[in-house]
Amino acid sequence: MVKKILAKFEVSYLQALDEEGNADQQLMPKLSEKEMLRLYEMMVLVRAFDDKAFSLQRQGRIGTYLQIKGQEAAQVGSAMALKDDDWLFPMYRSAGALIARKHPMHLILAYYGGDERSLKAPEGINNFPICIAVGTQTLHAAGSAIASSLKNEKSVSLVYLGDGATSKEDCMSAMNFAGVFKAPVIFLVENNQYAISVPRKTQTASETIAQKAIAFGFEGIQIDGNDIFGVYGAVKNAVEKARAGKGPTFIECFTYRLGDHSTSDDAARYRLREEVAEWQKKDPLLRLEKFLSNQKLLTIAKKEEILEKAKEKVEEAVEAYEAMEPPAKDDFFKFMFKEMPEQLKEQHDEFMRSHL
Amino acid sequence: MAVMNIVQAVNSALKCALEEDKSVVVLGEDVGVNGGVFRATDGLQKIFGPKRVVDTPLSELGIAGVSVGMAVNGLKPVAEIQFSGFLYAAFDQLVSHAGRIRTRSRGRFSCPLVVRTPSGGGIRALELHCEMPESFFAHAPGIKVVCPSTPYDTKGLLLASIKDPDPVIFLEPTRIYRAIKEEVPDNFYAVPLGKARIAKQGKDVTIVTWGAMVKYTLDAVEKIKNDIDAEVIDLRTIYPFDSKAILESVKKTGRLVIIHEAPRTAGFGAEISATVSEKGLDLLSAPIVRITGYDTTLPFPKLEKEYIPDEARIIAGIKKVMAY
Repeated sequence: MVKKILAKFEVSYLQALDEEGNADQQLMPKLSEKEMLRLYEMMVLVRAFDDKAFSLQRQGRIGTYLQIKGQEAAQVGSAMALKDDDWLFPMYRSAGALIARKHPMHLILAYYGGDERSLKAPEGINNFPICIAVGTQTLHAAGSAIASSLKNEKSVSLVYLGDGATSKEDCMSAMNFAGVFKAPVIFLVENNQYAISVPRKTQTASETIAQKAIAFGFEGIQIDGNDIFGVYGAVKNAVEKARAGKGPTFIECFTYRLGDHSTSDDAARYRLREEVAEWQKKDPLLRLEKFLSNQKLLTIAKKEEILEKAKEKVEEAVEAYEAMEPPAKDDFFKFMFKEMPEQLKEQHDEFMRSHL
Repeated sequence: MAVMNIVQAVNSALKCALEEDKSVVVLGEDVGVNGGVFRATDGLQKIFGPKRVVDTPLSELGIAGVSVGMAVNGLKPVAEIQFSGFLYAAFDQLVSHAGRIRTRSRGRFSCPLVVRTPSGGGIRALELHCEMPESFFAHAPGIKVVCPSTPYDTKGLLLASIKDPDPVIFLEPTRIYRAIKEEVPDNFYAVPLGKARIAKQGKDVTIVTWGAMVKYTLDAVEKIKNDIDAEVIDLRTIYPFDSKAILESVKKTGRLVIIHEAPRTAGFGAEISATVSEKGLDLLSAPIVRITGYDTTLPFPKLEKEYIPDEARIIAGIKKVMAY
């Protein structure tokens, strides 16, 4: 008779910047003062955009919008650790990542305004279009990463998903493929504690989401998702590891959605005000401000200047969005196939005749 | 030129594609070392290596979704789904993504993947090994659907599908994988998508069919050739389909029979029937007849021959349209 332990594992948690804005020098990524300010400016811009988008929805100027508030560090910190030709696979709550990846803000507004012309990535930047079907984008990232490695290219793929998405079979399969093929892919989970109303504990009995990676044969870590330095550093490391051919990394950003699931949701139905208040104290933007002020990198005047500049950019984006010419009525026919097949051509002709 | 059956033609097409285009990658369950359960990919991994002919984990959803990512990132994945019924597990990735990437990204990205699968019944197999899912995919925007019926066409249509800039579902006729042999060129050639083939010329009645049913239709028509001179159209591509070829033939014959294995209701025969009614009602001398599977699941092997249109049903259908 034999009884022995075949596998043991542990899951690490990492926080470089605490809620009071104190940084752990050992865990801090290498960043110049300029780069730190750049991260801050981007977070301020994303927050300004997010607030504006929410208000535009309330005024009926865009459609359903999904707030990022509270998750800026996870999105900005990860997106800014990539190169332009790396592949980014965003989901419906990834506006922050897209802004950091140079997707024009007026087009992001146009997306939530229901305009199909909005998701074309800027040339030279490999931003995949926003994915709506929860978790299905994980497989595209795994496939894209496998392609990069089959082509001997150095680009990596990073995919955003939520805690709920980790229950999807696509996610399990993506992690499985990624592990088997040692694909250069990073799974960036924004664990914001809720999938609409369903809390994280109903999503999985596993103690952390990060540890799911271990079953698929690669590293999973949990990061304080409201700590931009922790996120940036972890993603940077994962990117370097992927580029070096050492395979995938699964990063669980432990964070919180300060807003509702979407502009059609009322989170008060399923979570307590006290809980939200506790998380407001952990606001990723506040703690970065504290840190930068302590480091004498941010004066009150500078802070105001950055905020004003961000608001201006957002206002310009709103103007550009609202000044967009409406799409041609037959716009939705144009990109179904490279060349319209016979049946579609006939329907298009019929459509055009009826719109003369 | 070599004499090949349909499986060998698939193999030959994949070999040509892998030789011709470095971005082509064959992937699926058991396609590498084992050469596929039907041997469609036999020997390819030996020639092209495990990075071009890739054995994958057992997940059809995964194979489809990963193929989408590969296609967007510059490769041309040719994925094998081991049996057509397992395509249902991949359906979400194909319909929600493969067919939509081009339009969602405004043409910045495309998804030129091919999913090939053995399809159709009559092989005494287990459940879900014999589905004919062409209608599901014909109904899915942004996806093309191809059903070859001969070795020559199989190779040419598969190469055209691999060359195609958009996603293609390629449904291979399992039942006749080894039933027909003919000369097939060794080199690269394409049979264009969207063009039907007149499998047999005739003047009395037009019969439209595809996949394995082409062979059984031709056999049936042969039996009654002294009485009825039927024209048999092998549709070859389900979407987009060659409505012109059908209408031209109906113009000549005035009668139309549509034969397919899949269930009748909302089967692709309905689309053909609607098209001919809309555009060629005045060409018809008789109501259109459909000879199809029933709105049931494909029975297990003991009764599957009751379900799949056979010679007797085909002949009865033709006689019915002629008697009107």
